[in-house]
Amino acid sequence: MNENLALELKNISKYFGSVAANKGIDLTLCKGEILALLGENGSGKTTLMNMISGIYYPDEGQIFVNGQQVVISSPQDAFRCKIGMVHQHFKLIDLFTAAQNIVLGVKGGRYGLKKINDEVRAIAERYGFELDPKKKIYDMSVSEKQTVEIIKVLYRGADILILDEPTAVLTPQETEKLFSVMRAMKADGKSIIIITHKLHEVMAISDRVAVLRKGEYIGCVDTEKTNESALTEMMVGQKVALNIERPETKFDKPLLEIRDLCVDSDEGSRAIDDLSFFIRGGEILGVAGIAGCGQRELCEAIAGLRKIESGGIYHEGESIVGLSPKEISHKGIAMSFIPEDRLGMGLAPSLSITDNMMLKNYQDHTYGIKPLAVEEGDKSLKAKMRRAVNKTGAWLNRHCIFVNRKIARADAERVIKELDIVTPSAETPVRKLSGGNLQKVLLGREILTEPNVLITAYPVRGLDINSSYLIYDILNRQKKSGTGVLFIGEDLDVMLALCDKIMVLCHGRLMGVVHAEKTTKEQLGLMMAGALDLMEEKGKPMGIAKDSQIGEEHTWDA
Amino acid sequence: MDVFFSNAIEFGVIFLFGCVGEILTEKSGHLNLGIPGIMCVGAAGGCFGAKLCMSGADPNGFLTVLVAILFAMIFAGALGGIYGFLTVSLRCNQNVTGLACTIFGVGFTSFFLNNIVLTEGVSAKLAQAGRSYFNAHIPGADSLGWFGTIFLQHGVLVYLAIVIAVLAALMLRYTKVGLHLRAVGENPATADAVGINVTRYKYTFILAGAAVAGLGGLCYIMGYMNGIVDATVDQTIQGIGWLSIALVIFTMWKPALAIIGSILFGALYILSSRITGISFVQTKLLELIPYVVTIIVLIATSIAGRRETQPPTSLGLSYFREDR
Repeated sequence: MNENLALELKNISKYFGSVAANKGIDLTLCKGEILALLGENGSGKTTLMNMISGIYYPDEGQIFVNGQQVVISSPQDAFRCKIGMVHQHFKLIDLFTAAQNIVLGVKGGRYGLKKINDEVRAIAERYGFELDPKKKIYDMSVSEKQTVEIIKVLYRGADILILDEPTAVLTPQETEKLFSVMRAMKADGKSIIIITHKLHEVMAISDRVAVLRKGEYIGCVDTEKTNESALTEMMVGQKVALNIERPETKFDKPLLEIRDLCVDSDEGSRAIDDLSFFIRGGEILGVAGIAGCGQRELCEAIAGLRKIESGGIYHEGESIVGLSPKEISHKGIAMSFIPEDRLGMGLAPSLSITDNMMLKNYQDHTYGIKPLAVEEGDKSLKAKMRRAVNKTGAWLNRHCIFVNRKIARADAERVIKELDIVTPSAETPVRKLSGGNLQKVLLGREILTEPNVLITAYPVRGLDINSSYLIYDILNRQKKSGTGVLFIGEDLDVMLALCDKIMVLCHGRLMGVVHAEKTTKEQLGLMMAGALDLMEEKGKPMGIAKDSQIGEEHTWDA
Repeated sequence: MDVFFSNAIEFGVIFLFGCVGEILTEKSGHLNLGIPGIMCVGAAGGCFGAKLCMSGADPNGFLTVLVAILFAMIFAGALGGIYGFLTVSLRCNQNVTGLACTIFGVGFTSFFLNNIVLTEGVSAKLAQAGRSYFNAHIPGADSLGWFGTIFLQHGVLVYLAIVIAVLAALMLRYTKVGLHLRAVGENPATADAVGINVTRYKYTFILAGAAVAGLGGLCYIMGYMNGIVDATVDQTIQGIGWLSIALVIFTMWKPALAIIGSILFGALYILSSRITGISFVQTKLLELIPYVVTIIVLIATSIAGRRETQPPTSLGLSYFREDR
């Protein structure tokens, strides 16, 4: 047994249903080292770390801390083993001060804020944090909140720290500060695991790098002996050939054009930074990027759900900035966003398929009240009354007061038939449908309005192969009918096969737009990680679409 | 005038019990609209306890008060327990459950008092207990002039209410239990993640809150009414209960402020019956004042938007661990 090991995982596996999130993973962490855990979205990094910190319990395998086998079944067990995890989403109480949050839940000891404040200050000084223990969380910036989380873990005496994508929310300066703190902790003998997607940060901070891909352990290398492209290759693996059709269409004029768009995230940081691109009719533009690099904010900005800070969004040459979501959808821009929990955005779970159709398209599902016959110029009382009735009817029609379930039902049944949705009836509450069928309902409703721009985010999330192909087929049909499709996806192989062009985002910045058939997975991987920026390349390397230089021309005027 | 202030305090502490009880409950993230019913049930239980002790030939005053308090707390706690089981364990809608508790509590009290407690001769005995035990003054208080009249000529329940409010304020501010309780009400998922037993905190403070509120009902009958149970007692206590919940908003969830707020509410409540020569409409307008003041405070705190004066963040939301 190696004396120097702080943490050792042997053959760890975790299954969610029949899906393996982690398969037979072996991992070692030495005392006083920084280990980077690298992997694409859904490669099982966070799942693995959650098992060490007691949020999940492994289905197979053993965990050793300092050579002793341990059972970690709750966060408290992890604390007892001196393991602390800083989650991506902070678990802090806004109304409390930093010190109150740090001491929360700690057993024993008198509750004297003065003493706690001093202790917190001492820890902060020791590792070079800047933190006022009396400051309330709601007054804090993201990086200060993160500091509180890290000190919270240190206050509980953790020797092994796990940081889940700590730099995702930080500015470069804040990241540098965090790294110097991490180096101070390392010098103090703490062992740190850092999860990150950013290769240059891996190179800058870590001693060793462990790579996961699709739940499997690929290998572990010394940072000194590797480089960014070797890591990318380990991370994305070989290209998988997928038999997805990519029909040839005649690209039409640009339908939707985004120019110099800046959008803020909920936390107030910049989510989309100076983004320009366009979508033509009859093409599928893929958006590749690491989770949380601004895809959601981009979708919401286009659909009119999120305020934009600067820049423009043009639909067929007309600015749609400032229009309401309803007006934007009337212009033919449809959005289907599949959130992680599927039901969160777009569908009302306990309503039927028919009702969900009506939620969006109720204008088309209204009763047309037929006007009564009145002769022109008739001045009789009866005619006057009939005119009044007609006026009221027209007003009711205009405001869609009465919904016509018959039409909505017919629409629902059409979608069910065309998209092969498995459901007992059109009146079944959508929460009783399986994930794939839900997604088809959501997509089907958007297609029903015959949009000319279709924005779809993660449409195959969590679907099996057959359902996924059906969705690709639906998108291709839309493409053939001249619709411009913005496809926000997760799987690079799928995007390479399905999309015509792929736009890569990294932290809200455009890294370049490339032709799908001329690019490689490695190139996309490097761009997603921010290691390759085509926007700054001089000249025009192979495979770069013209869109990369869009800023110079006014595409619509042409 | 001295008597008016004295009465205001005497009446105000009924609000104080209800208000502090509700604050303790709300700090755990549960909006208990069953407080009016729970106060009624507390009154019923207290009278029942007093009746048991008074049935002997030579009743013991100290024992009577103690047993009445215990019974009030047990009865109220039982209804609070039902509310807690439904909202914490079964995660029912808190508003609906609370209203159901109020409806049940008021009806139960009316039935229980009229059919079980008030058998023959009990009224007089309860009145005796109220007059000579619950409202026994501190010896010598009568000779201290206006100060004695206002502050010292009260029964034991008045001082108990103030002690409970002060203790609650200290606990929330200066103890770990208070910190953890506030954490549970603000963000139960975070509290859970740091190892606080959320369910235990919720149950403990729903029960404690209900027990404290139940004393309010007892305080109305035995303290303010001197043990006289009139026919509309359930309706009166119910009204006080609703005002107690309004008082929670008025005092911005602070038990220490509730002491002053409750005396103010008490003064406003009895004002209409103390001013002579005003019309019926004017009386009703005076009775409106507490509600109007509450709305004004609500508007003012919302506009000011300070986080400290807002209700606990997860108030009214059920906590389900797997939802994280």
